[in-house]
Amino acid sequence: MVVKDIIDILDGTVICEGDLDVEIKTACGSDMMSDVLAFVKDQSVLLTGLVNPQVVRTAEMMDMACIVFVRGKYPDQSIISLAESRGITLIQTRYRMFTACGKLYEGGLSGGTAV
Amino acid sequence: MSNCIHLHYDVSGDDFTRAGEASGAVKKRLKALGYNTDAIRRVAIAMYEAEINMVIHAEGGFTDIDIYPDRVEILLSDKGPGIPDVDKAMQEGFSTAPDNVRNLGFGAGMGLPNIKKYTDDMKIETEIGVGTKLYLTVNVNN
Repeated sequence: MVVKDIIDILDGTVICEGDLDVEIKTACGSDMMSDVLAFVKDQSVLLTGLVNPQVVRTAEMMDMACIVFVRGKYPDQSIISLAESRGITLIQTRYRMFTACGKLYEGGLSGGTAV
Repeated sequence: MSNCIHLHYDVSGDDFTRAGEASGAVKKRLKALGYNTDAIRRVAIAMYEAEINMVIHAEGGFTDIDIYPDRVEILLSDKGPGIPDVDKAMQEGFSTAPDNVRNLGFGAGMGLPNIKKYTDDMKIETEIGVGTKLYLTVNVNN
């Protein structure tokens, strides 16, 4: 799955465009950034309902290519600028966290860990 | 030492949105130096969690980074309140962070456990009312 597919599946709006053709192998859905940081996965997408610059910083440290803001949440300009400077794609979807995660899972994306 | 690169950053304590700037800068530098992705990520995550801790608990401080060919050594130093019970602070889920920090996505009690997990060596020197020094080493297998 590539970033473009995630946009399609989640009927998402691109807020900030990085590389849309980069392959995404795993996903992580959380509002707790330390939980996200607890498990390193390759080429992940982060789904979150949290909207602050630390979401982008967390994605940066984890080498994540894409962040999805669920439930129609929209980041402010400082967050968008930070993501732009890091080449991270930001997507907004109207789906709630559970539904958004479910749709991506159904589309073939896994959590990347055994449990 | 000739084959050591030294970096220094001040960590601002009054602006949570800037926490992570030093970690991001170190990550970028290590990438430019050609270190392997795994080591870079471990340095970045450990430093980032430590930076967040400094902002949450200690009103900032500074960090010194020594980059060697086979390892990265990081010191994070603050003049905060100190950690009363280090063993407790090392437990997953234990947190003394205020609610406003939880609303920002941190304070889940995973900071120090995460730092330990991603580093090869971790040493805490802490004194109540004086501050905390965190010494981290990440080995690099290029």
